[in-house]
Amino acid sequence: MKIRLKGARVLDPKNIDDFKDIIISDGKIEAIVDPDYKTDPYTQVSESPESNMRDTKSPFSTHDGNNIIEIDITGMVAVPGLIDLHVHLREPGYEYKETIETGLKAAAKGGFTAVCPMPNTSPVNDNSSITAFMVSRAKELQNSKFSSVQSISSDKLGVERLYSGVCKLFPVGAITKGLQGESLCEYSDMKKAGMVAISDDGRPVQNARVMRRAMEYAKGLGLPVISHCEDIDLARDGAMNEGVVATKLGIKGIPNASESTIVMRDIALAELTGASLHIAHVSCEESVDAIRNGKQRGVKVTAETAPHYFTLTDEAISRYDTNAKMNPPLRTERDRQAVIAGLVDGTIDTIATDHAPHSLLEKDVEFDRAAFGIVGLETSLGLSMKLVQDGRLSLDNLIEKMSKRPASILGINNDLKAGNPADITIIDLDAFWSVNPKTFLSKSRNTPFTGFSLKGEVYMTIVDGKIAYQRES
Amino acid sequence: MRFEHKDLLDIESLSVKDINMILDTAEGMKEISNRPIKKVPTLRGKTIVLFFQEPSTRTKLSFDIAAKRLSADTISISSGSSSIVKGETLIDTAKNLESMNPDIIVIRHPSSGAAELISRRVKASVVNAGDGLHAHPTQALLDMMTVREKKGRIEGLNIAIIGDIAHSRVARSNIEGFTKMGATVTVSAPPTMIPKGVEKLGCKVASDIESCIENADVVMMLRIQKERQESILFPTEREYSMLFGLNTNRLKGAKRDVLVMHPGPMNRGVEINSDVADGEHSFILEQVTNGVALRMAVFYLVAGGIKSAD
Repeated sequence: MKIRLKGARVLDPKNIDDFKDIIISDGKIEAIVDPDYKTDPYTQVSESPESNMRDTKSPFSTHDGNNIIEIDITGMVAVPGLIDLHVHLREPGYEYKETIETGLKAAAKGGFTAVCPMPNTSPVNDNSSITAFMVSRAKELQNSKFSSVQSISSDKLGVERLYSGVCKLFPVGAITKGLQGESLCEYSDMKKAGMVAISDDGRPVQNARVMRRAMEYAKGLGLPVISHCEDIDLARDGAMNEGVVATKLGIKGIPNASESTIVMRDIALAELTGASLHIAHVSCEESVDAIRNGKQRGVKVTAETAPHYFTLTDEAISRYDTNAKMNPPLRTERDRQAVIAGLVDGTIDTIATDHAPHSLLEKDVEFDRAAFGIVGLETSLGLSMKLVQDGRLSLDNLIEKMSKRPASILGINNDLKAGNPADITIIDLDAFWSVNPKTFLSKSRNTPFTGFSLKGEVYMTIVDGKIAYQRES
Repeated sequence: MRFEHKDLLDIESLSVKDINMILDTAEGMKEISNRPIKKVPTLRGKTIVLFFQEPSTRTKLSFDIAAKRLSADTISISSGSSSIVKGETLIDTAKNLESMNPDIIVIRHPSSGAAELISRRVKASVVNAGDGLHAHPTQALLDMMTVREKKGRIEGLNIAIIGDIAHSRVARSNIEGFTKMGATVTVSAPPTMIPKGVEKLGCKVASDIESCIENADVVMMLRIQKERQESILFPTEREYSMLFGLNTNRLKGAKRDVLVMHPGPMNRGVEINSDVADGEHSFILEQVTNGVALRMAVFYLVAGGIKSAD
C-alpha cells in the first residue's frame, strides 16, 4: 500500500519549497513528485470508478483497488517532522503526571515526529535497562492500533490501517548516576539501548571536574551533552526571576547570573574538551551573549530556548500564577527581546518545549511550594508561528529551528527525500485557534497560555508513514 | 459610605479613601479599649478563625483581643496543631475551615500569596496577618494610624525605614501605604538587604543611615533576624549595629519631633539602642495599643461595616 500526499506546499529548508506530491511506501518516502506526475495506477483514476472511492467529507480517497490512498492536503504546508530535544514524559515513576503514551500522543498533536525525554524519571534513566524500557514502550505504542485521532469520521475507505499510535522517542540519559553529580553513567551501554544524548536536566552537575570528564568521555562516543545551566547555590530558595515583580510579590528571586555563569563555564569546558555542548532552555540576555561569543570562538556549542521565554515575561506571575512558574524562570522584557534576537541571528539554534507536566497536587498550592515547569508540546508550534507572523523569523528559519537543527544535533538526516523515513508534519498556516487545556492530550494542564489566540495549527503528523495525529475537522 | 472589599490582603489593593476609612474607624474604636467593660456587641454571633502557620505572639494576641472586644467568637489554629503537619494542603485546610462557616479567617503563612490563594477559595472574609515576604497590611495600617494620630497628617512627611527591606513584609506594606498617602519614603540597609527594583515601589534608597534619617519625621526600624546571618546578609550583629543601628546620636539628624517606631519584637543593641527605644521619641508601645483598635476596625469593616452594626 502506498500513500500519496496531494496538493500541499512542500517546504524543506535549503532543499525544496514547491507544490509537490509526496509518495510514501513502506514507511519511507518513495518519491517527491510534481502534482501531475502519474504512476501507472493513477492513469486509471477517472476511468475505473469501481476501483476508486472518495468520501466527500474526508481528505482521503483510494485508488487502484485500495492499493493507493490519496490524502488531499491542498492549502497545507508539509515540512520535515518536528523534533523536540527537551521533554519530560514522567514514566517511569510519575505516571500520574504523564505517561510515555500520553506524552507521545500530545507530542504528535503538537506536530512532533520525535521527542527526547529527559532522564529525571524515577528511577533515573542512568542505565541501559531504563533506556531500553522507554524505547520499547514507545515502539510498542507506535505499532499499536490505537491512535490519537479521536474519531475517524467515516472509514468506508479502510484508512484505519494508516493510523499508528504515537511519535518516536529518543531518550536522553543521565550524565551522572542518580543525577547526583558524582560518577559517570555507562554511556556506551545506554547508547546501544537507544540513548541519543546525555543531560542532568533538573539537577545540573555543579562540579566542573565531573562535567569536564563527562564531556570528554561523551565526545569519544559521539554523544552531545545537553546542559541545564544553573548554579544551585545562586538560585537557592528562588521561585521566580529576581527583579521588580519578585520584589513586589515578596517572592525570592533567581538571578540571571545563576544561569549565565554556568553557560560560560560549560562553554569553556566544551572549548577545553572539544565536546558537542547543547545549552538547554536559554532564558536570559547574558546567556545569549555568552553563546554568541562561544560560537564566534569556534566552540562546538548549540542552544535551545522554549516558546515561553520568547512569549512571556515575569509579569505573567503578577497574581501568583503557579502555571507561570518554571526553571529557569520567565525573565524581563529585555531578556525576552535578547532571546528573540538570539533566534534571529542564529545564536539560538533550536526551539524546544521543556514540556514539564505536573498535576494539580504540585501546582494548586502556595507559589513558593509549587513545582517548576509547564506543559508545552501542544502549544509550541502555534506560539512559535507568532515569530513568523511578526516578521522576526521566516517560515524556513522556524522549520530549521524546530526540525532540521534538532535532527542534525542528534546526527539524523531528516530531509524530505526518497529513502528517508516518512516523518512529516503538515501545518495549516491559516487556522486560528485558541488554547484550551481541556483539549490537551497530555495528562497535565499546567499552562500559562490558556485562552491565547494563535494562528497556525498542526493538521496532520505522519510518523514512519503512518498517521500519528490528524486534526478532527 | 461602605467598605467595598470582602478581604484585606495587601495595601496595594486599597485606595486612599479605603485607607482613610479604616484609619477613621480605628480611631473611633480606640475608646472601647479604655472602658471598664471593654466589649461591644457589634460582631456578636460572628466566628473568626485565627489561622497562624508561623510563630506569632503579639499579632495573634492583638487580633484575638480585637475580635473579643467586638464580641466575636474566636478559634485559633496554629502550625503545630493543624493538619498541615499531617500533610494536608493549604487549600484543603481552607475548604475544611470554610465548611464550618466562619465569617472571617485571619491567616498568617510563610508563603507569599497564601492569603490571596485562600481568599479565592472561601466565602469567608480573609484578613492577611502576614504572608511570606509579601504583605502585612494591618501592621502598615496601624503604623499609619499612629503617625496620623501624632502628626495630624501623613501627606508630605518624610518616612525613613531602616533594616532588612528584602525580607520584610512590613517594609513592603509600609512603603506602599505611606507612598500612597503622599509621604516620601526612604529606605536604607546594606545592599544585601535591598531587593532589586525596590524604587519601583515608590521609595528612595539611601546608602547610609545618616542620609536616610536626615530631616525624617518618622524613623522606622526593622528587626534584624539573627537567622539571616546564615544567608550571608551581613558579617556580624556588631558590624550591623555599627553601620545601621539607631542611637541617640544618629537620631539628631532627624526632625526635632521625630517619631521612632518598630514593629517588634526588638533586638535591643542591634538595630536599636535602648536609649532610643525607651526615649521620648519612641512610640513603639503606642503602635501596639493602636494595633488592637485598627484590627477591630478591619473586622468591623470586612464583616459588612454599618450594616452588621445595626
